Amino acid sequence: MTSVNLRKDEAETPRAGNGVPLLAVRDLHTSFFTDAGEVKAVDGVSFTLERGKVLGIVGESGSGKSVTAYSIMQILAPTGKIVSGSIRFNGQELVGLDEKAMRKVRGNRISIIFQDPMTSLNPTYTIGHQLEEAIVLHTNRDGKEAKARALEMLKLVNVNEPAKRLKQYPYELSGGMRQRVMIAMALACEPDILIADEPTTALDVTIQAQILELMQDLQKQLGIAIIMITHDLGVIAQLCDEVIVMYAGSVCERGTADAIFYEPAHEYTKGLIRSIPRDENNGQRLEPITGTPIDLLNMPAGCPFAPRCDHALKVCLTRRAEEMWVGEDHIARCWNYVREQAEKGIATLEGGGIDG
Amino acid sequence: MAENSTLLEVQDLKEYFDINTGFFRSRPLKAVDGVSFTIRRGETLGLVGESGCGKTTVGRTVLHLYKPTGGKVIYDGKEISGKESLREFRRKATMVFQDPYSSLNPRMTVSDIVAEPLDVHKLYKTKKERNDRVLELLKYVGLNSEHASRYAHEFSGGQRQRIGIARALAVNPEFIVCDEPVSALDVSIQAQVINMFEDLQEKLKLTYLFIAHDLLVVRHISNRIAVMYLGKMVELADAEEIYHHPLHPYSRSLLSAVPLPDPKKARENKRIVLSGDIPSPLNAPSGCPFRTRCPHATEQCAGSMPAFDEVEKGHFVACHRIREIG
Ligand SMILES: Nc1ncnc2c1ncn2[C@@H]1O[C@H](COP(=O)(O)OP(=O)(O)OP(=O)(O)O)[C@@H](O)[C@H]1O
Ligand SMILES: Nc1ncnc2c1ncn2[C@@H]1O[C@H](COP(=O)(O)OP(=O)(O)OP(=O)(O)O)[C@@H](O)[C@H]1O
Ligand code: SF4
Ligand SMILES: [Mg+2]
Ligand SMILES: [Mg+2]
Repeated sequence: MTSVNLRKDEAETPRAGNGVPLLAVRDLHTSFFTDAGEVKAVDGVSFTLERGKVLGIVGESGSGKSVTAYSIMQILAPTGKIVSGSIRFNGQELVGLDEKAMRKVRGNRISIIFQDPMTSLNPTYTIGHQLEEAIVLHTNRDGKEAKARALEMLKLVNVNEPAKRLKQYPYELSGGMRQRVMIAMALACEPDILIADEPTTALDVTIQAQILELMQDLQKQLGIAIIMITHDLGVIAQLCDEVIVMYAGSVCERGTADAIFYEPAHEYTKGLIRSIPRDENNGQRLEPITGTPIDLLNMPAGCPFAPRCDHALKVCLTRRAEEMWVGEDHIARCWNYVREQAEKGIATLEGGGIDG
Repeated sequence: MAENSTLLEVQDLKEYFDINTGFFRSRPLKAVDGVSFTIRRGETLGLVGESGCGKTTVGRTVLHLYKPTGGKVIYDGKEISGKESLREFRRKATMVFQDPYSSLNPRMTVSDIVAEPLDVHKLYKTKKERNDRVLELLKYVGLNSEHASRYAHEFSGGQRQRIGIARALAVNPEFIVCDEPVSALDVSIQAQVINMFEDLQEKLKLTYLFIAHDLLVVRHISNRIAVMYLGKMVELADAEEIYHHPLHPYSRSLLSAVPLPDPKKARENKRIVLSGDIPSPLNAPSGCPFRTRCPHATEQCAGSMPAFDEVEKGHFVACHRIREIG
């Protein structure tokens, strides 16, 4: 935290290690073109994911977490479109890639599990049929080999009585078991990246613990990178190396899990952490984030969080702060951070006028 | 009125549903099977447990929205039995429902939704009295007269939950069963609603049975917490006691499974991960309902249901092996 340079150097990536990052998303913009107007669901998202790491995406409902994931996979609704930005997978640009090439990436290198396993499993086919199909489609196995692999996959995700399960239909399995099957399907293609969109939200805590444990094991065993989308800060704390906090379509803060929880720099992140029941505020009144969630069709001019921010400055209402380094591998977009640094004499402010 | 006095006492409550299993055949689904607890005046008792363990059914059966299959509910010293006592009870005890999206009629105005219990119990004399009361109720939950003439579907989840609460407050209740009142809400909105429950409790001297599956929320709002598993109550103790020293093997694993919103604690946390799935209540195991997943189970556990014993002052546990594993 000795850096005086608050402005982020565009060319620099957070983990400028050797070699190409596994996934590098730069200034992604995705919109839906609806009758009511353009919905900027993802409005400038950048992050880097390294091999074998777990990246968490957290934010309130409608903040653009799923659309970010769908943009990477290019499985957007017909009205949705990546407007600008870059998504590089192993150095290969995915934005603008044709559907055929994209299908290869989708099935073979990056896979996704959805929040509700019931909607993504076909109720009319057995688990075995669906698993084998995924295996045949995405690997060079078929016939007997695919069958054997399906059984192996169910064992890998700790489904009990796997041979029996292969012959069962989705409705015959419990929620936790269906989610395991979903994970098995997603892993059938041996992906480099597994995107998990709220994989445990519909599950009970003890089942959730089993699934999270399973994901941690798989990540260690197979070395896959995981993008974990959730609104649960507990899941983030438990699983993630790095975290991006989204608000109204853009990243307001990004950093290691420790940085986000112990040194949050954006007022929204601070508010989010203050508002949840924890040891620190037990027996005290919670400090909620006031106001109502944002309407993407009526975005304020400056910082999107300004209308709900208790510490909004004048400048927050008119101008958006840029991404700034606030520590090693830690970025935030908040004028209050700039003000704090200015007060400490660390930064100077060009343009001035950020007084509250 | 004396603090610390018992407001509600539930003895051996049972609720069995008849489930059709074929032509003219049915089997009882024991959703709640012999649950006993008390709630003190002004207290919040949290009720936790996994989906399907019977939390909502306990709430509904206590309020006699379901006729109990067995057991007693004693409110303010009087047993609820017969029409007269039930009618009186219904004016003092009410419920806030699980889902703010489906529990309000979308074709009714907020004002009519909130006033419905007033109409049912004929709690006003003039139109003006009714209106004034509606506005007062909306004010309690942080809404205003502008909201009164609008329809429920025009509101956000947090606001709908407030409408549901205003409606529950209409009869001037003393006791409210709050069934997962914040589960469907966004984290940032949850805190607003939790604070409102706490403020209302203080202002109106309310007593809550607070059902939720988020243990951190329940710990925050409750004085005591009860843990259910497959229709049975397995543990009951002070909130802090159960949070830090759960005794029943199921509560231990449940609490250890809570993802703590703190990376250092999460790293140190030793989770007790259970194997297997929760059995169906139609095929509940003999003896202790938890024995099929319990790491400590012995033959005795299959033989008989352990008694719900007070093992320390105010700390109840139903486990045969509590002395050995404690
Ligand atoms: N098909 C669509 N047409 C129009 N708008 C859409 C569409 N899909 C998503 N959106 C909008 O994009 C924004 C971001 O949605 P997204 O699903 O990414 O949110 P999220 O962060 O995943 O929320 P949640 O936590 O509720 O899943 C929302 O405002 C949503 O209404
Ligand atoms: N009206 C009913 N008829 C038949 N079975 C029912 C009925 N209501 C509940 N059940 C069954 O009783 C058991 C307990 O259900 P209940 O809704 O009380 O659980 P819960 O603990 O509230 O679960 P959740 O956390 O999912 O709300 C479940 O097996 C459920 O399927
Ligand atoms: S009674 Fe037996 S099976 Fe039940 S919790 Fe105790 S040790 Fe486990
Ligand atoms: Mg989503
Ligand atoms: Mg329920």
